[in-house]
Amino acid sequence: MDTFAALAHGMAVALQPMNLMFALIGVFLGTAVGVLPGIGPALTVALLLPVTYKLDPGGSLIMFAGIYYGGMYGGSTTAILINTPGESASMATALEGYKMARAGRGGPALATAAIGSFVAGTLATIGLAFVAPYLVDIAVKFGPEDYFALMVVAFVTVSATFGDSPVRGLTSLFIGLTLGLVGIDKLTGQPRLAFGVPELLDGVEVTTLAVGLFAVGEALYVVSRRHHTEEKIEAVRGSLWMTREDWKRSWKPWLRGFCFGFPIGALPAGGAEIPTFLSYSTERRLTKHPEDFGKGAIEGVAGPEAANNASAAGTLVPLLTLGLPTSATAAMMLAGFQQYGLNPGPLLFAERPDLVWGLIASLFIANMMLLVLNLPLVGLWVRLLAIPQAWLYAGILVFATMGTIAAKPSVVELTMLTGFGVLGFLMRRYDFPIAPVVVGLILGPIAESQLRRALSISLGDPMTLVQSPISATLLVIAFIALVAPFFLKNMGRFKATED
Amino acid sequence: MTDSGAQETKPARRGVDRASVAIAASLAALALVLVIDAMRIQANVTYGMGPEAIPLVIAAGLGVLAIGNLVNALRGDYPEREDMDFRPVGLVLGGLAAMIAILDFGGGFIPAMTVLFAATATAFGRRAILTDLVIGLVIGTIIYVVFSRLLTLSLPMGPIERLL
Repeated sequence: MDTFAALAHGMAVALQPMNLMFALIGVFLGTAVGVLPGIGPALTVALLLPVTYKLDPGGSLIMFAGIYYGGMYGGSTTAILINTPGESASMATALEGYKMARAGRGGPALATAAIGSFVAGTLATIGLAFVAPYLVDIAVKFGPEDYFALMVVAFVTVSATFGDSPVRGLTSLFIGLTLGLVGIDKLTGQPRLAFGVPELLDGVEVTTLAVGLFAVGEALYVVSRRHHTEEKIEAVRGSLWMTREDWKRSWKPWLRGFCFGFPIGALPAGGAEIPTFLSYSTERRLTKHPEDFGKGAIEGVAGPEAANNASAAGTLVPLLTLGLPTSATAAMMLAGFQQYGLNPGPLLFAERPDLVWGLIASLFIANMMLLVLNLPLVGLWVRLLAIPQAWLYAGILVFATMGTIAAKPSVVELTMLTGFGVLGFLMRRYDFPIAPVVVGLILGPIAESQLRRALSISLGDPMTLVQSPISATLLVIAFIALVAPFFLKNMGRFKATED
Repeated sequence: MTDSGAQETKPARRGVDRASVAIAASLAALALVLVIDAMRIQANVTYGMGPEAIPLVIAAGLGVLAIGNLVNALRGDYPEREDMDFRPVGLVLGGLAAMIAILDFGGGFIPAMTVLFAATATAFGRRAILTDLVIGLVIGTIIYVVFSRLLTLSLPMGPIERLL
């Protein structure tokens, strides 16, 4: 289908009054939850999943688009105002943004973040709309062995290549893969790792795992080191608006941020931290005001924020065309699709173009709403930041439990939630990354079924994995990505503290 | 955790890390569980892999990672950790356990949330338990009404919920 026609059709879906309202609610809720300190976009999406349970798939996905962008914008607000980046992608923003807020320029910092996100997000969504159909054309030619190889690439890049320590990242991944085994094997009906507990036969719910690791784990971690932290909110003083000088210094970083964010986000390697830090260091090198860096340079906020949003839209490319989530947030989006039995991938483009293009069109609309909603509402978001930590985390736990109860009301499920919370706490305490666990749980079973399908087609001959040129190439890439960090100790030393 | 990048450049040799040894042991134990569970599976697959193959592969991976973590532990190669306050952690976990127990005994959603809220707030250092119970009750009631009435999600009912 012609991209323009498809997009116009998607716009027609997204512009229906009900769907516009869903997008608005999504943006509002996403920002409100995302702005709470300690809650990153992935957790925002996970916590808000229950809100969409009773909606039809179209409306719920559109609300998701709003939540996705809203959660991200909320995260940068916390990074700028209290120096608490909810996720690694906002860390670069916090570097200069918090300094700007302390210098009384919090308003322009938030404004350049919002407008930059809008500019880069819109460009990246256009990119998504144009790149996706081509990728779909390639993806339909993928055999099961190629899909398997692609998953292997994603496993390696998400866990080993860009993390702090490949051993720790892979450990997290394998915990996720183990959890993915729990339940009935789809091909033979055999129960695995269920230990006779009927509730375990359905497998581990992605939302239970994510909410347990991110929300409960974070609450336990914060309370365990309560005496170490003291957060100080910077009041937004002075004018909210950017001066002519601010605009002049911002627009190029926005565009450069897009150029870093979109392509890197669209790779099946994932992660927004690489493009944001690339953008930060580039702006630092190119700036005409090097003396401002370290004291609150607006370029250092404009670039990374644009890169962050562009890469968020970029992550949707592999998610929608290949069904491949490359970040924890994308994994939660995939869980949102799966609650309706929808599997993103080339088939979904063919079977439900209204859904896919409606979602893409909603991204444009959500982006626009973010801009008109958030600049005037900055005062409200700042007040949310002032909620005392005790009530904040108590509320988070109540809401997290509510989501689990709504999805699966059973003692086993709640016990699992608590258990995953303890796991998340221990992983934070001993510095294991969290995102690979979630990605492993989601992708593990898919990779297994693709591999087994490939092997049964080839009558059990494992050579099929290297006979397909696509699969062979991908496996070589995965191997290099796995081995490289052991030799290049200084590569990819961007801290990966998601959550 | 933002500062651990700097810590890593320091020579991190502080002797054997007991926690990391325990992590390595847990990974090995998990691998063993996988193997035992996979041995139990009886399925006849003519071509390709049966349901027991991938668990064995993952178990092997866990075994290798157990060794990797053990090596790191023995080399003392691990980030520095802050001292921890475990009492509030226990309090939060106690709140979660109480919440599960209340739901299991049919106490209903709102009381369960009230207890969870108050326990967590107390763990975070608040000393106004009565106020927090009231706030928890209000929040629980609002969530219950919004989600069960407006969004028609089924949340567990107890005596209080039946009155609403």
